Amino acid sequence: MIDVRIQPEPIDLAGALARAEASGAGAVASFTGIVRDDGGVTELFLEHYPGVTERALGDLAAEAAGRWPLSAVTVIHRVGAMVPGDRIVLVVAASAHRQAAIEATAFLIDRLKTEAPFWKRERRGETASWVEPRASDDAAAERWRSSHT
Amino acid sequence: MRVLYFAWVRERIGRDEDRLDPPPAVTTVAGLLDWMGRDDPVRAGAFADRTRLRAAADGRFVPLDAPIAGVSEIAIFPPVTGG
Repeated sequence: MIDVRIQPEPIDLAGALARAEASGAGAVASFTGIVRDDGGVTELFLEHYPGVTERALGDLAAEAAGRWPLSAVTVIHRVGAMVPGDRIVLVVAASAHRQAAIEATAFLIDRLKTEAPFWKRERRGETASWVEPRASDDAAAERWRSSHT
Repeated sequence: MRVLYFAWVRERIGRDEDRLDPPPAVTTVAGLLDWMGRDDPVRAGAFADRTRLRAAADGRFVPLDAPIAGVSEIAIFPPVTGG
């Protein structure tokens, strides 16, 4: 029911959605993050903390499953080198009804952004730079702490 | 103790990790960073701006003032930017 993957291979969106649909849910919600061009990005490289990142995603998926009645939770995060248009991350939540599926999906991506150890490095031609975090990401993650769903 | 580096911290120091045996007087992550920079200007430079650093102790995120007693793996890295 909980499926967490960190992989250098491209993310199979159709396969992941089909697995969630097969869980017997009445509603499947998903979020896909895509590499942006952002003014000439030629490569996006994703680094992670092996072992620890997997556990962080597993903990978040388990927290979502404890908070909403979900029949499937999928988090797939790609690592290594990507190009604009590639999928970086996919979150899928399946439940009997839409509200739980949609809320759990938002919870997972918001919290993943601040709690899972991943780091992005952008390359624009010959220049590479590490991406700085956004304050808005902290605020998005924080709202799931203050609300009592 | 293993000290792991990620992202620009790793690039700046020029390696993935160090294996260290800090003295008993070093009791917190911040104290460890001070001690590691004392005889190493490259590490001191990487650790200079503590507002840009985050840490994990045995795989759990901790504040820089967290104790390191009994910890076998410390990771030092910038704020995370996944998703």
